[in-house]
Amino acid sequence: MALTAEQIHAAVSAKFGEAVGALAPPAKDPFFTVKADALLDVCRFLKTEPALAFDFLEDVTAVDHPKENLIRVVYHLWSYRLRHGIVVKVECDRASPKAPSVEPVWKTADWMEREVYDLFGVNFEGHPDLRRIMMPDDWVGHPLRKDYQEAGGYENISNVRDSSLVEYRRMDDAVREAAEKKAAEAAPPAPAAAPLAPTGTVH
Amino acid sequence: MASDYAHDPGAGAQVLTTRTTVVEDMLNLARKSSVWFLLFGLACCGIELMQTGGPRADLDRFGSVPRATPRQSDLMIVAGTLTYKMAIRCRLLYQQMPEPKYVLSMVSCATCGGLFQYSYSVVKGVDKIVPVDVYVPGCPPRPEALTEGFMRIQDLMMRERWKAKMRPHHEEKLGVQYDVPETV
Repeated sequence: MALTAEQIHAAVSAKFGEAVGALAPPAKDPFFTVKADALLDVCRFLKTEPALAFDFLEDVTAVDHPKENLIRVVYHLWSYRLRHGIVVKVECDRASPKAPSVEPVWKTADWMEREVYDLFGVNFEGHPDLRRIMMPDDWVGHPLRKDYQEAGGYENISNVRDSSLVEYRRMDDAVREAAEKKAAEAAPPAPAAAPLAPTGTVH
Repeated sequence: MASDYAHDPGAGAQVLTTRTTVVEDMLNLARKSSVWFLLFGLACCGIELMQTGGPRADLDRFGSVPRATPRQSDLMIVAGTLTYKMAIRCRLLYQQMPEPKYVLSMVSCATCGGLFQYSYSVVKGVDKIVPVDVYVPGCPPRPEALTEGFMRIQDLMMRERWKAKMRPHHEEKLGVQYDVPETV
């Protein structure tokens, strides 16, 4: 039987008490926050408890909150057996964000956590293979952080582009100069130029 | 990159500079009638590229067929958004193509980054990594537009002379530093 968000929250907080925060006010996706230490146990409980039976981890993502100095990792859960869902959040310190990996509970968390690691820099402890999944392996920084600054290109590829008119004119000029230079080399040397007339003092 | 003669065709220039021999015309006619392009779709434009090869636009009527390997290709159609990660592979594919080789930048994304120009992961134009002969704007360009761009490539080929097609140092001419280690 499908449970409401209140019933799910009540079941989890009855079991884990202090580690589970209050249920957020009703929204499209009701959620509650869990302390990072208890996350793995909570997730295992959510999956194995027959009345909850969250057999599917829909999504793992994160939100960066620089003002609160927090990164919130978000877990969207769904039970195909009972047709109910809930969202669980974990708060991490922004300076060194880390959260326990839920890969032992739901295998699908493997790549999702790699994505969150790649884009937010959250270290998932206990993850079997925590590597970047989207950006190149030698990429610097985590692009979805609010304070992310581009490193100025990648592998000598500039990340600056002028307006098309400027760029194409620069290229055309370069081609023309090369052609002129080639023509000048092929042509016989020009006679020496007449000496310049003296000019006034230049300040 | 276009040949020395392509940047300023001018009135009558074609007659003066390229119509030197009929043999060259014959060679160029053969080349332009068998432009094999690298089957290389990067994003949604790959679908439009397939359409262009399909029965309605039928790029095949120009003798142009897709090849699955760069070593048999004359033309690289960069169809889609180019990310930095893919840019390295794209450059490698370009290096693997035999001279003379041509690049057609098919879409706004490949031309300048397009819609994703301010993204952290998208290259601001494929001409940052390989020299481009023809730019086709659009998002994506219709098959007719791509066919038009393709015919401009054919025009380039007809304007070139045999020796001018060997272009070992086109980067210098472009004024863009393609800092490319010689690979493969």
